[in-house]
This record gives sequence, structure tokens and C-alpha cells, in this order.
Amino acid sequence: MKHETSLIACKDVGFRYEGQLAVSGITCAVDAGDYLCIVGENGSGKSTLVRGMLGLLKPSEGVITFDAALRSSDIGYLPQQNAIQRGFPASVQEVVLSGRLGRLGLLPLYTRADRAAAHEALKLLGISELAKASFSELSGGQQQRVLLARALCAADDGLKILILDEPMNGLDPHVKQEMYACITSLNEKQGIAVVMVTHDVQTAVKFARHMLVLNGRQEFFGTAHDFEHAAVGADLLRDACGGTCAVCGLPKGTVRQ
Amino acid sequence: MPMELLEAIPRLFTYTFLVRALIVGLLVSLCASTLGVSLVLKRFSMIGDGLSHVGFGSLAVATAFNWAPLAVSIPVVMFAAFLLLRLSERGKIKGDAAIALISASALAIGVFVISKTTGMNTDVDNYLFGSILALTHEDVVLSVVLSLVVLVLFALFYHRIFAVTFDENYARATGIPAGFYNTMLALLTALTIVLGMRMMGALLISSLVIFPALSSMWLCKRFFSVTICAAVISLMCYVAGLLVSFTYQAPTGASIVLANLTVFITFYAASRLITLRKT
Repeated sequence: MKHETSLIACKDVGFRYEGQLAVSGITCAVDAGDYLCIVGENGSGKSTLVRGMLGLLKPSEGVITFDAALRSSDIGYLPQQNAIQRGFPASVQEVVLSGRLGRLGLLPLYTRADRAAAHEALKLLGISELAKASFSELSGGQQQRVLLARALCAADDGLKILILDEPMNGLDPHVKQEMYACITSLNEKQGIAVVMVTHDVQTAVKFARHMLVLNGRQEFFGTAHDFEHAAVGADLLRDACGGTCAVCGLPKGTVRQ
Repeated sequence: MPMELLEAIPRLFTYTFLVRALIVGLLVSLCASTLGVSLVLKRFSMIGDGLSHVGFGSLAVATAFNWAPLAVSIPVVMFAAFLLLRLSERGKIKGDAAIALISASALAIGVFVISKTTGMNTDVDNYLFGSILALTHEDVVLSVVLSLVVLVLFALFYHRIFAVTFDENYARATGIPAGFYNTMLALLTALTIVLGMRMMGALLISSLVIFPALSSMWLCKRFFSVTICAAVISLMCYVAGLLVSFTYQAPTGASIVLANLTVFITFYAASRLITLRKT
């Protein structure tokens, strides 16, 4: 991975909370068209790193560099869903349009271009017919797609990076597969680099090009293939499979050759 | 609507104090209900209740020392709003505990100061349960100006308030200063509470913030329609409550809250009926 051409590059990055080091020693990069999955236990620093990549949190150690041509509107973000959102009285259009607020400046109303961008994003994800539907009445998978559309419509000329923080939480296995297919399609067909925080190691390794494992510090960063062969990857996959793996089909503890 | 209530409508306009109550009440109801939608959705409903107790404390102190009530209450309640927000966002004391702490302390200060100066009298009763007789011409002018400020700011920042209410993390990530809009919401709520408190009473004013939003959410499924519906419900309930109060010599604040409760129950029943028909 050539760090000098990366969209986002982290070098020896660490973050502190109330004086205590939350996560440290992160050296990784996200290139154009990349697909990076960040895995680790709860509290291992995954979401903190995401906040750093979004420019919301300054690293206490090391440095995060962004490509000079990368604007903040080129980065789409899908945060973890919260309890407030699920029953929130809003139409799909209202939610998707809110992705354009970063571009609205001081204008109090959305422009025709904003509405067109929202329409395009819905169309791209195949949910145009939901535009007038109530967000609270959608299924979990549909709600995630709507939030994905909100992230996509933030940029006028296409997103460069899409950062997703545990987008599969609360989704049933069938819907998860659909979401993975949707995200992979955005990565492959639209060329959008994907950074995904997930607990689902088994599925992540199937789709990701690069894997980053955090546990208060960086335990692994490399290609998905190297991850499967590394001790940390084998351990995580074995723990996730708990027997014969439904995804890779190998017996517990087997490392793919 | 019973005939006697309809007949009371033209008579409302023959009394100056009722015209004042109508103007101030409608404006405060409009402000409270529009702000209330965001507050309820962000689970900040109790901020209104906490601020009204702070308002009572500051009014009591102002009365005891013969200071202008609104000149004292507005800055004190706005500061309390700011403090409550900071405590619930960053403090070690959680939001609901912070509100309980501040409201009980403010209430205690108010009662203590009153008992040591003027004593518990009609004024105190009016502060707690409201009185439309308490409104002066200056209150009307101030209410019109401040309500316009609240409504214009809400309209200007409507989309940003929606974004911060729906998903604060996302809003922050896309460069929207969520902290600024949260503070603005809290300060505008503080203003609205102070303006409406003497009419509705410290114990009842928060109902103007909470009830219309909750009622409209039973039937409306879009943020815009919830906001508009809450405003309409709030205005209608205020007029209905004032009419009932005027016609049957009932306490104004309590009559308005009961009108809101009636709408809340009716809307709940209607939403259940719609759900049953769909299934």
C-alpha cells in the first residue's frame, strides 16, 4: 500500500480520553477504491479511529494525513443507529436530504440540485419508491439503506470514501447479506473506498481488501488474505465460527492455504 | 363545543386582560409546541419542567426584593438552560439527575426567600399555578418580540434542527455545529418558559412543550407534519382552555392542560383505530 497516494493515512496514531490512552500505535492507510474492515472487541478503539478519520477527533499521538484533493464532502458517513432514530417521525426524503446540509451554507431551504441529488442516491440504492414513506415504518435493512442514501447524496460528484460504523447491527442474516452486496456494489461499480467497522469477522474477510484489528492498540493491518493466515486472524475467525465455519466451510481452527 | 363556550368567544375581546392573555398565550403556545417536537424527540422533555422550577425560584426572589420579574428571570433561566445542557452532555451527573437537582434547589431557594420576606401569599400561588391577571402591557410587547425571535430562528434553522434531532453524530460529522443548535434550542426553550410561566404556572408550563408534540406524533409520521400539527393543536387547546376558564371560572393553566390531555387521548385512540384497521 503506497501511503503517499492514500486518501487517508494514519501514522503511529493514538487517542486519549480524559488523560488515558484509549488506543495507540495505529499505522494504516485507505487508498482510492479500497475496502478496509476494522474489527476488534467493544472498547478497542474502532469508533474512536473512525471519528479521527472523519476529522472529529484530533489524535493525541501520531498524525492522520488526508489527500490534498479530498474535501470533507467527499467522505460519506453512516454512524451507528441509535434508539431515537428507529421510531423517529420523518419521511425518507427528509432524512436523505439532511445529507445535503453540509453544502447548504446559510440557506434556509434546499435547492433543486439538493432534491435531485437525494433522488439520485435513492435511485442508486434501488429505493426510489420509498421516498415518501415514513422512516419509522421501514424495516431495519431499509432504514440502513436510507441512511446510506443520505451519506451518498452528500457529494455532488460522487463520494470518494464511505465510512460505516457497525452498519449490520440489529439486521437479520438475510438482510445483512443484502447490505454487504449493496456496499460491495458501491465499492466495485462506483469506485468508492469503503471503511467499515464491524464485529462480523467472518463476512468482513470475504469482502474486504484490507483488515485492521484493534485491541487498545493495532494488532494487525494488512490484506484480507494475510489476515486469514496470521495468528490473530486465525484466532478471530475460529472464535467467530465456533465450529465448522458457515462462511469458509473449514473446520474450527483451520487456516486456509 | 357547548353553545355557552361559542357565545363566550366575542366576550373574550371585551376585556383587556383577556386580550393580553390571548396574544401572549397564543405566541407562547406556538413557540413551545414547535420547540417541543425537538425536545421530546431528543429526550429533553424534562428540561422544560426543570427550567420552570428555576423560573419560579427567580420570580420569587425578584418579588421578594422588588425587582422587575422578567428582567431577573430571563437571564437566570437562560443560564440554567445552558448549565443543564452542559451537565447532561459532559457532566458526571446524568441529565435527569441534573434536572432534578437544579429544579429542587431553585424551588427551595424560592420558597425559603418568600417565607423569610413577603410570606406565602397569592403571588406565590399565581407563580405555581398561573394567572392571566398577572400579564401587563409590557409583558405583551416583550412576548411579541421574543416570540418572533424564537419563531424566526426556528424557521431559519429548521433543517439543521431536524438534522441535529435525528442524528447528532452524523450532523457533527458533516460539519454542522450540533452544540450550537442544542444550546440555541435550550435557550429558546428557556425564553418560552419564562414568557409563559406567569400565565400557565411553574408546575404546568412544561405541558405546553410536551403535550402537543406527543399528541401529533400519534398520527403524523413526518417531522414537518408533526411540527405543524403540534403548533395547530397547541393553539386550539390554548383557545379552548381559555374559553373554558373564562366561561366556568376555572383556573386557566389547568384548563389548557386538560384540553391538551383530551387531544392526546383522542389522537391516541385514533392511532390505535388506524392500526387495528390496517391489521
